[in-house]
Amino acid sequence: MSKFAKKKDGDLPAVSTASLPDIVFMLLFFFMTVTVMKDSSIMVENTLPNASEIKKLEKKDRVIYIFAGKPTREYASVYGTETRIQLNDKFASVDEVGSYILAERAKKPQELQNVLTTALKVDKEANMGLISDIKQELRKVNALKVNYTTFEGDAFNNLQ
Amino acid sequence: MPRRKGAPEVNAGSMADIAFLLLIFFLVTTTIETDAGLDRMLPPMEPPEDNVIIKQKNIFTVNINKSGQLLVEEEIMDIKNLREAAKGFLDNGGASSGSLEYCSYCQGKRDAESSDNPDKAIISLKNDRETKYSTYITVQNELVGAYNDLRNREAQRLYGRDFTAMETEYLNPETPSSVRDELKDKVKRIQELFPQKLSEAETSRNQ
Repeated sequence: MSKFAKKKDGDLPAVSTASLPDIVFMLLFFFMTVTVMKDSSIMVENTLPNASEIKKLEKKDRVIYIFAGKPTREYASVYGTETRIQLNDKFASVDEVGSYILAERAKKPQELQNVLTTALKVDKEANMGLISDIKQELRKVNALKVNYTTFEGDAFNNLQ
Repeated sequence: MPRRKGAPEVNAGSMADIAFLLLIFFLVTTTIETDAGLDRMLPPMEPPEDNVIIKQKNIFTVNINKSGQLLVEEEIMDIKNLREAAKGFLDNGGASSGSLEYCSYCQGKRDAESSDNPDKAIISLKNDRETKYSTYITVQNELVGAYNDLRNREAQRLYGRDFTAMETEYLNPETPSSVRDELKDKVKRIQELFPQKLSEAETSRNQ
């Protein structure tokens, strides 16, 4: 019993802070891994519509992205408020879509070139005319697999 | 026993190891958020060589006008009823029971004026250039949903689980290949029962 009694002597020992750097590094690494880096800054409004019957886009290296929507406020003065297509980091017209797809396809390794998906990230306010034009261009370059990227949710929310 | 001053310092040498252990745990378990959406196949540019004549009753026409109203089989329809209507059409199985095209698994009305069997049934989706994208996605979602509902029903009957769950597992790269090979046949089989024939005509400007 006297063993325990002895400990009560002296002041409360200070908590060792030697492991604090480790904890901080751990948190740092954790956030580093879960953060998704943006490939390109989006220059168009991009509120995706909702859908419930969705499939996940696995394997990011097999996806080519096309954005469309109204230019955001900082670009609106230069590019207007009409719905525009954004490829990589710049605005493009419809007839540039085909060559963009071909260029992106050529960048991918040979074995992936036939299994590429085109992800259309289109703002919900866009009109179908532009989308149809993009689809027409995609058909011309034989990029037939498309994915209309959406948020998960009730599709009827779109109608409001 | 000599009397010690205060508590002895805890050895913190292994703290780094514990930290790394946790770090590796999170690294492995965290999946980076992936995009999701509706997968669609566009029709190829060249039409198929043999010009198949499709009977009018095997086509289910869906028209969306610029204000988002639906015209389904020449009748105005609320978008909320579209899924049931599409399911009724696909699942109809109108071919007579003696014929070659008879659909044994259909549970529909077997109306001779509607589709013969799910393999023949085609949904034709047409939209105006001024249709809003969100409306279009909703319609697409409902049509894909109709197919998924029917496929789920068949998958439940044959394999006791949902088609969508099987497909997700099949498409997931983390699924071991032995499981995937087994799923592949099942997924294919269900897809053949209700093949997704969703034709998208080029958009019209004047409606």
